[in-house]
Amino acid sequence: MAVLLEARQVTKRFGGLTALNEVDLDLEEGRIVSIIGPNGAGKTTLFNVFTGMYAADGGEVTFRGKSLLGLTPDQITVLGVCRTFQNIRLFANMTSVENILVGMHSRVDLGLWHVLARGPKFHREETRLWYRAAEILDVVGLRAKANELARNLPYGDQRRLEVGRALASAPSLLLLDEPTAGMTQGEARDLMALLRRLVTEYGLTILLIEHNMRVVMEVSDRVTVLDYGEKIAEGKPAEVQKNARVIEAYLGRKKWGRAPEAEHA
Amino acid sequence: MAWRITLEALVNRPVPAAITAMAFIALSGYAVAHFPRSLLAFLLFQASILLLYFCRVTPWLKASLATLSLGLLMPIFGTINGYYLEVATQVGIFVALALGLNIVVGLAGLLDLGYVAFFAVGAYTWAIFGSPQANKFISEAVIKFPLGSEWFFVFLVGGVITGAVTGILLGLPVLRLRGDYLAIVTLGFGEVIRVLANNLDKPINFTNGPKGITPIQRPPLFFQPLLKALGIDLPATALYPLYLYFLVLLIVGVVILVNRRLENSHIGRAWEAVREDEVAAQAMGVPLVRMKLMAFACGASFAGVMGVVFSAKQVFINPESFTFLESIGVLAMVILGGMGSIPGAILGATAVTVLNLQVLKGLSLWLNELRNAGVTILGYNLADLPTQLEPAKYERMVFGAILVLMVILRPQGIIPSRRRTRELVEK
Repeated sequence: MAVLLEARQVTKRFGGLTALNEVDLDLEEGRIVSIIGPNGAGKTTLFNVFTGMYAADGGEVTFRGKSLLGLTPDQITVLGVCRTFQNIRLFANMTSVENILVGMHSRVDLGLWHVLARGPKFHREETRLWYRAAEILDVVGLRAKANELARNLPYGDQRRLEVGRALASAPSLLLLDEPTAGMTQGEARDLMALLRRLVTEYGLTILLIEHNMRVVMEVSDRVTVLDYGEKIAEGKPAEVQKNARVIEAYLGRKKWGRAPEAEHA
Repeated sequence: MAWRITLEALVNRPVPAAITAMAFIALSGYAVAHFPRSLLAFLLFQASILLLYFCRVTPWLKASLATLSLGLLMPIFGTINGYYLEVATQVGIFVALALGLNIVVGLAGLLDLGYVAFFAVGAYTWAIFGSPQANKFISEAVIKFPLGSEWFFVFLVGGVITGAVTGILLGLPVLRLRGDYLAIVTLGFGEVIRVLANNLDKPINFTNGPKGITPIQRPPLFFQPLLKALGIDLPATALYPLYLYFLVLLIVGVVILVNRRLENSHIGRAWEAVREDEVAAQAMGVPLVRMKLMAFACGASFAGVMGVVFSAKQVFINPESFTFLESIGVLAMVILGGMGSIPGAILGATAVTVLNLQVLKGLSLWLNELRNAGVTILGYNLADLPTQLEPAKYERMVFGAILVLMVILRPQGIIPSRRRTRELVEK
């Protein structure tokens, strides 16, 4: 399969701290890839570099052969990369459907003149947008709450609305930053089923940051592990699970004495 | 509360609402016609238009009643008491300003404390070229100023353009700023424009400095021959106030239309998204720079066009008309009415303007009368009141107190912006 996103030796420093150190990543089309790692490993930083929120200090990121570095976040979204946020960042005082509609902004084919003149083109396009918004709300299961303010939605719904809003920009690559955080096991499973559907039915590629290991192991085609800004492992979920460096990164080294949990186990 | 329930019942049912609205307009209209000097009657008339807005009647009835009140009754009152027309015209100017600022502050969430600068730019654009002023830096041999009054209409469009361009010029350097920082820079910008107007009389005299520019051309009375043919032979002095009133009314109508169309489109939604969360909006594909500049340009263009009308109406302008307090006044209108709400901005502008021009003035006049008559209250003779405590000086204080009370009691504004709900249909 074709490589959709390619990262080569991406480096990002914050003063003396190297948040990302020459990270490589190949993302093949139609896959679900998870990035895992302890807190502060640089996962979200990597997302921020991919989506143009941080400028990388070194390396190269290409999407379909086009460099993403130096582009603004909205330009990257136009190319077909869209993301969600770890701490939900919905447009709180807008309704669900309006949130989706904003997500479609880059796909709206109307200029200022069309809006002011309200000709047939405007009405055609606006109708198309609303149909599409209804479809997307259906996909994420929020159709019944279309007219509710985003801030009044329960937590799980807000997470799903964020996924819906990102979907609205018609991306080919979806970056999800901890989409199941704070969800119950059941909600998380539903969301994963949705992600699978997006890949199989809509041909999306998904890059996922996730802490819920059960979710990661079930849904991912491949897993990449970061620790202290470096990639320490990569492979199929089962392989990564057994990797000694990964276990070390999460649990520490045996040499320093048994971990406290181990004593009670 | 019982009265509130009755009122709601009256307003929400089509037939009683229609009757109430018509009766109220007729009654208050009658009152104004019979007591042309009564402030109360005029306020009642304004209230009847507000009531009409809240009445749930068929749109065509609402539109025709509004047209009747504003297009026919108001001009008639204007011929009875000329000051009412002046008030109505000023209300119209401020409504357009409030609607423009509402786009910048209410929709896009960019706090602009120097909004009156765009108004000034529009006003000076016409003032300089619509008066002999321009000949102070352009030789009379080239063009003899003032330009003919028919140029006024060209400059209306020019006001939109200069306003928009100034808006973009202000927008460019402040794109990275948000919140407090943006407010400070826009405040500075407003002052810079005023100071420029004040000082650009040397080395080359562009603005004539603090002395101001006069006489500024009024718009052409192109319809006067037509009126004469119809047998209406009014002198120009009687025609101008009516003419300017209708001109302002027309522009306000266009501004409202443009505002509504922008708000209910992907542009308006993008502005609101920028207000809610700039970072998320950009990540969702909203071009931040373009949308912010567009908000500044749209807001400023309304002020620019009204500036042109203002200078033609006043015949004389100087930098004193464009102080920081004016910017704050327009902002108060937007906040009082309800941020991001078009009816709110209209009501806010009307309420503040009427309050300042009529209610508070009326109050201080009344208190002065009491004082001059030497009325005694609680054993204290008002005639002994020192001049420092003159009632006219309370005006600002009362206005401030009203603002404080409103912010405490109704922080979301008088008519807060409502989310539009819409049924989603299957394809």
